[in-house]
Amino acid sequence: MMGSEEDDGRLYTSTDMMESLTLDSEPHPFLSNNSDYRNAMSGGGSFFSSSLQDSHPLAAKPVDTHRLGFQDSVRSSGSLREDLVEPPSYADAIFARDLSHTTTSVFSQTDSFSDVLTITVTNPQKIPESGASLAAGVTSSYVTYLINTHTNISSYQGTDFSVRRRFRDVVTLADRLAESFRGFFIPPRPDKNIVESQVMHKHEFIENRRAALEKYLGRLAAHPVLRRSDELRLFLKAEGKLPLLPTTDMASRMLDGAVNLPRQLFGEGSVILAPQEAMQPAKGGRDLVRLFKELKQSVTNDWGGTRPAIIEEDKEFLEKKEKLQDLEHHLSDASQQAEALVKAQQEVGEVMGELGLAFIKLAKYETEAGYTPVHAAEAKCVATAAVKASRFYRECNAQSVRHLDELHEYLGLMQALHTAFTDRSNALLTVQTFLSDVAANNMRIEKLEAASNKVFGGSKTQNRKISELKEAVKVTEEARDLAQKEYDCIKEHNRAELERFDEERRRDFTNMLRGFAHTQVGYAEKISNVWAKVAEDARGYAGRSTDATSSGLSSMPN
Amino acid sequence: MEPFLLQRSAGGGPPLSPSMAGAGAGQSFLSISVTDPVKLGSGVQAYISYRVSTKTNMQEYRGPEKIVIRRFSDFVWLHERLAERNKGIVIPPLPEKSAVEKFRFSAEFIEVRRRALDVFMNRIATHPQLHMSEDLKNFLQADEEAMERARSAEGSVFKKKPSDFMQMFKDVQMKVSDAVLGKDKPVEETDPEYEKLKHYVVDLEDHLAEAQRQSMKLVKRQRELGQVLSDFGKSVKLLGNCEGGSLGKAFADLGGCADQLSFKLQNKGLDLLLIFEEPLKEYVRTVQAIKVVMADRAQAYRQHRELTESSKLKELNLEKLKLLRPDKAGEVEAEVTEIKAQSDEAKLRYEEIVRLMEKEMVQFQEAKTRDLGLVLHDFACAQAQLASDTADAWRTLLPYLDNPHLGESTVPESG
Repeated sequence: MMGSEEDDGRLYTSTDMMESLTLDSEPHPFLSNNSDYRNAMSGGGSFFSSSLQDSHPLAAKPVDTHRLGFQDSVRSSGSLREDLVEPPSYADAIFARDLSHTTTSVFSQTDSFSDVLTITVTNPQKIPESGASLAAGVTSSYVTYLINTHTNISSYQGTDFSVRRRFRDVVTLADRLAESFRGFFIPPRPDKNIVESQVMHKHEFIENRRAALEKYLGRLAAHPVLRRSDELRLFLKAEGKLPLLPTTDMASRMLDGAVNLPRQLFGEGSVILAPQEAMQPAKGGRDLVRLFKELKQSVTNDWGGTRPAIIEEDKEFLEKKEKLQDLEHHLSDASQQAEALVKAQQEVGEVMGELGLAFIKLAKYETEAGYTPVHAAEAKCVATAAVKASRFYRECNAQSVRHLDELHEYLGLMQALHTAFTDRSNALLTVQTFLSDVAANNMRIEKLEAASNKVFGGSKTQNRKISELKEAVKVTEEARDLAQKEYDCIKEHNRAELERFDEERRRDFTNMLRGFAHTQVGYAEKISNVWAKVAEDARGYAGRSTDATSSGLSSMPN
Repeated sequence: MEPFLLQRSAGGGPPLSPSMAGAGAGQSFLSISVTDPVKLGSGVQAYISYRVSTKTNMQEYRGPEKIVIRRFSDFVWLHERLAERNKGIVIPPLPEKSAVEKFRFSAEFIEVRRRALDVFMNRIATHPQLHMSEDLKNFLQADEEAMERARSAEGSVFKKKPSDFMQMFKDVQMKVSDAVLGKDKPVEETDPEYEKLKHYVVDLEDHLAEAQRQSMKLVKRQRELGQVLSDFGKSVKLLGNCEGGSLGKAFADLGGCADQLSFKLQNKGLDLLLIFEEPLKEYVRTVQAIKVVMADRAQAYRQHRELTESSKLKELNLEKLKLLRPDKAGEVEAEVTEIKAQSDEAKLRYEEIVRLMEKEMVQFQEAKTRDLGLVLHDFACAQAQLASDTADAWRTLLPYLDNPHLGESTVPESG
């Protein structure tokens, strides 16, 4: 938690201000023109000094001027780099602490768990695909990433290991987790991008994907249940090919289902439902008959007058669901506005820097032309301040983005919620389907028994039919019980996850607001001090008498 | 809340440089103010009228005080007359004759223009030579009908459409730059000092224009930020409603803060425009006015040289004629005398311009130092104030947000 009891008085040292002059007008890597700032926000690293790395083509010129004009900060060294390193100030310490806190919460949750699971993704490599079906001149290849894990969880049996995985493996992992952990809020995986291989291999794309993967795996590692899953462990540790069942596409699944269909329809073989199958929704599976039945059931539910045997009675749940929809809507709005805010602040910072440059050029020109050195010096002063302020705007923005990104994080998580709730309704549907199946069969049995009672002893076929149906009912009842258990399980998962979601959301949003406010205050103070000092100095140039009031705005000129 | 700067320029006070009051005016006192813009007419014919108030002790004026109503084209008339009759003097520039924005007549546009006209009048009033102009006297005293007659009598200048003005203005600027740099005609002065000055002026305009462009962008962007903050505040408040509890209050507070700041930023927009961007614009226009003087000087020089040449030529011919045809010599002698007189006049005109220009340049540099110094100081103060206000606003959130128990569901908060 970020307890900030420190006094805001000594938030900076004034010499720090004058010491460094940087002119990176190049956009911060996280705030490029690409409006999808979220993409850029993945991955860790310290932002605090990273904005200093880039140098603007014009940077050299103004620094020369800076050296010429200012007697009090004469530099002996000629290197631009040296000018850029600012000794850490008190405010910096606060900000750095904020940064490290945020980084930790994404990756290893050390403050929430006693054991550690840290994952990094590095070293993307292009592997040419060996395939016969390649058109001439087109080399197909895919990218693998090195997944590095550091952990002390006992079930992992090891502390540090690395494996190579490709994106397809990540998709498989995500799908297997979705199957095994129905009802949980499973963090959404990075998007597949169906683009041509040309784009696939562009450096920027690969870098974005690498970062996204790291973030995704980090979120999995932060989930109290998923981090201990076999699926994740296999993904992180198993060498060579990923030992998880690959996801087959819809078409082949349907095909498999079609093969079994005749047997099912003609009653050959009993309807033996493996327990796992009872626990899966019909939709993704191969059992076409079951698929149709559930479809029919859902239609009955929706349009039929008959109420299904078990309805979603949990009013509390329904209310909560509605509230969450509301939340999602507003979250989306706020996320958009936050992006707009950051962009607008960025633009102010940029133009402030340009303004500074313009005044520096003006001052330089006047001085060289030999005219009015007095206001030229002042112009330089103001220009320097503008450039500094510009840098502060940028830094403030970079940090604000980090904080406000929490909004977007949770927006993305809403998708996981939807999936979890869908798991629940699917499970319910399965139960309902089995229930009506049982009910329907029982009715048939009744009818047949009534009919065969009329005829003494009943025909052989009738009796056989009845016993077959009774057999089927027994099996379906077992399946129904399994499905009911599954449904109850999922309900419980939902509930527990909702609780966790609420708690974590409150905590994360609180941190976000706190961090954002501190950032804004800190940087506004820095910027204000820069200008106040210049205003003080400039007062002499402007030929004004020293006012008692701090701001020139309140003084009436003579 | 009145931006403080209005107090500076309204009511006849000197616009930017306190020390300019009465400078060079000796014992005569002339104070002018442009106030109270009123929209008159309707539709395409609509225009703004301004109250021009004069206070003076000069004998040439009909009384110590006078108030007249003038519109923008009257000011243009005055400017044209002064330019015609005071070659060599840098005539203070008028604000832009914006053909398009005029139709929108936003409150801001009107205020900016009013202020610029006020500055214009005061620069004239405090100029050692211009304040004695007959045209100025008429402008300040004539009743509205007389003013209108004077305006329409000015030949085709005022029959032109505003778009023509723009084009004329642009043409003049281009020609002036060319003329100034001697690209137009081969006959030009060869004084290296003057050459240097010419290039300095042209380059200075570029630098000032760039600074002005950036300042305009800054004003615009800070206002946009204000707008965005408002939207952000609203959406955050709504999110807070959703959350409820202590976290909801935190969101609501943040939203409220953003709202407040937005209001402040958008208010300061006009201030920043007036204290920073407009003065820079005026200086760009002033530099352009200097270029006009340079063009006049170049033209006067050419005339002087041409007349000198033709005068010499005619004298030579006269000598020849005296030998060949003494009877004709009489007429031609008169011509020659005339040309010689013209040539001398042209020489005097040129030299007068040179003399005046020298004084004007000194004045200009002094004024520029003062004015830009003030502008820069004001700008720094405004930014400092803005940033300080921003910090104060966000800081109000901290006590509540820093509470370590915030965000725990066990802490109920009723707003």
